[in-house]
Amino acid sequence: MAIRTKAGEQRKGDRAFRWITASCAAVVLLLIAGFFVRLVLSCRLSLARFGWRFLVTSDWDAVAGQFGALSSIFGTLVSTAIAMLIAVPLSLVIALFLTELAPPMLRRVTGTAIELLAAVPSIIFGMWGLFVFAPFMAKYVEPALGRSLGFLPLFRGPPMGIGMLTAGIILAFMILPFISSVMRDVFQMVPAVVKESAYGMGATTWEVTRKITVRYGVRGLVGACFLGLGRAVGETMAVTFVIGNNHDMSASLFAAGNSIASTLANEFTEAGGDLYPSALVELGLILFLVSFVLQVLAHLWLKSLTRSMGAGL
Amino acid sequence: MIHRPALGRKLADRLVKVVSACGALLGILALAWILLVVIQKGAAAINWEFFLHRTLPTGEPGGGVGNAILGSALLVGLAVAFGVPIGLMVGVYLAEFGRETRLGAAVRFSANVMMGIPSIIVGLFVYTLIVVPTHTFSGWAGALALAILMLPVVARTTEDMLQLVPNALRESALALGSPRWKVTFHIVFRAAKVGLLTGVLLAIARISGETAPLLFTALNSPYWSTTLNGPVANLPVTIFNYAMSPYDDWVRLAWGASLLITVGVLALNISSRFILRRSSHE
Repeated sequence: MAIRTKAGEQRKGDRAFRWITASCAAVVLLLIAGFFVRLVLSCRLSLARFGWRFLVTSDWDAVAGQFGALSSIFGTLVSTAIAMLIAVPLSLVIALFLTELAPPMLRRVTGTAIELLAAVPSIIFGMWGLFVFAPFMAKYVEPALGRSLGFLPLFRGPPMGIGMLTAGIILAFMILPFISSVMRDVFQMVPAVVKESAYGMGATTWEVTRKITVRYGVRGLVGACFLGLGRAVGETMAVTFVIGNNHDMSASLFAAGNSIASTLANEFTEAGGDLYPSALVELGLILFLVSFVLQVLAHLWLKSLTRSMGAGL
Repeated sequence: MIHRPALGRKLADRLVKVVSACGALLGILALAWILLVVIQKGAAAINWEFFLHRTLPTGEPGGGVGNAILGSALLVGLAVAFGVPIGLMVGVYLAEFGRETRLGAAVRFSANVMMGIPSIIVGLFVYTLIVVPTHTFSGWAGALALAILMLPVVARTTEDMLQLVPNALRESALALGSPRWKVTFHIVFRAAKVGLLTGVLLAIARISGETAPLLFTALNSPYWSTTLNGPVANLPVTIFNYAMSPYDDWVRLAWGASLLITVGVLALNISSRFILRRSSHE
């Protein structure tokens, strides 16, 4: 009898334990839903006032009470595009180096260095960008680009160092570790037998990579790019330091601009009244939705890939 | 049979090898450049005053970031106190109960997505949740924002580490009649101890340098923080404010603070890696 009561108590304890952990797990779901609900509730004013026009106008005038997200969206797109253009090929060759080419000793050193690059906080990239990299760009890189490619409107204007191009390049270095680590995992998923048979037929390393590894893992590589894109879109501090924080849109990559995240970081604590903060929260809502969709797509994509390839990513 | 000259193929191969080695070198150089600059400029700012004095208003010479160091430690400590227990429990659910359940799949997916949500959005969320109703920026809000950032990281690493523990261990403990919670905390946790510690260390490293979520929550303060009900001085926001200021003294302090954060974050990363490697050798 005594034993049975104890077993019954134990079952109750186990159920309670399971219930407690499950409710903690549900907190994660609540938080994601909470982000959405709180942000929507807090920007009602701006949503009602501007409607869809918010997305397509670029006026940003706190005094006149006119707000439009276009210049911030434009800046986010441009800086992200520059970052992806640089980071994707660079991550690809780094992942290639780490899986196929480097001797084991070098592989460990390089791998650790790239992972530590991912650990460097955003604000440190910002300090380095503002005080070291931007002057470097202004002195060497931008004048050279202006001389050689100045016929394009992209590379016209005074080389100030602070601007879209600098922000994009720094972003590239920040997302590079994330993309290359997923790419490395993808490369490692390619069965060795497949590669070895190609080597056995006399293919060079590059031929094996181009025709076997990349083709086998192309969907994984796309997923890696999506993950990097999701990171780049929301990167805040480093961009805020070097993008120049200007609400004008310019065709030149040398010009100062802003991004959604940098506008938030710069203006939110100083925003007075009701409408101004509300418009800023709506900017945040746009950023949240974009990065949420990107993350969901990337993870669904990688998950289906993992299932079809039968290995863990 | 198509015949292609071997020389061209070999040259292309050699070229790609050189390019990819250069790419890797570029990544290492970027890290080295950043570290060198931070060490060189940061070391010049570090002295006793830097650690012991509080931030001073413009015009007054001297001053340090002692209050910001203390405030940062407080915020991170509090975030660990909130975030780690819940994160561990989420990980326990995912690994012990939710491997096949629908809730488990949803939470696992959401945690992955949440890790990619920009940290400034988390700051904005906590602002609307706490700062607006209480009408004041506060240390509590800052700590909560950091805890939310930690949560998915701790949860996912905990799950991964617990899954490495062989099922036979759980089954033998259950067969002896121990309740599930005892099996989890006394057997499974002990087997996965090192991995769990690494996960927590990495999560701390991740939040110690975060600036964006603190901008609208803990804000910053020039004073020693005696209460968490008001703005709390912290290193990242101090760096942001001082770096943008026109005063050389403040910029120097910002570099010192940058060095402190970089050393802290990288040390946490390297030591957790070291712990993990040493234990897997045993």
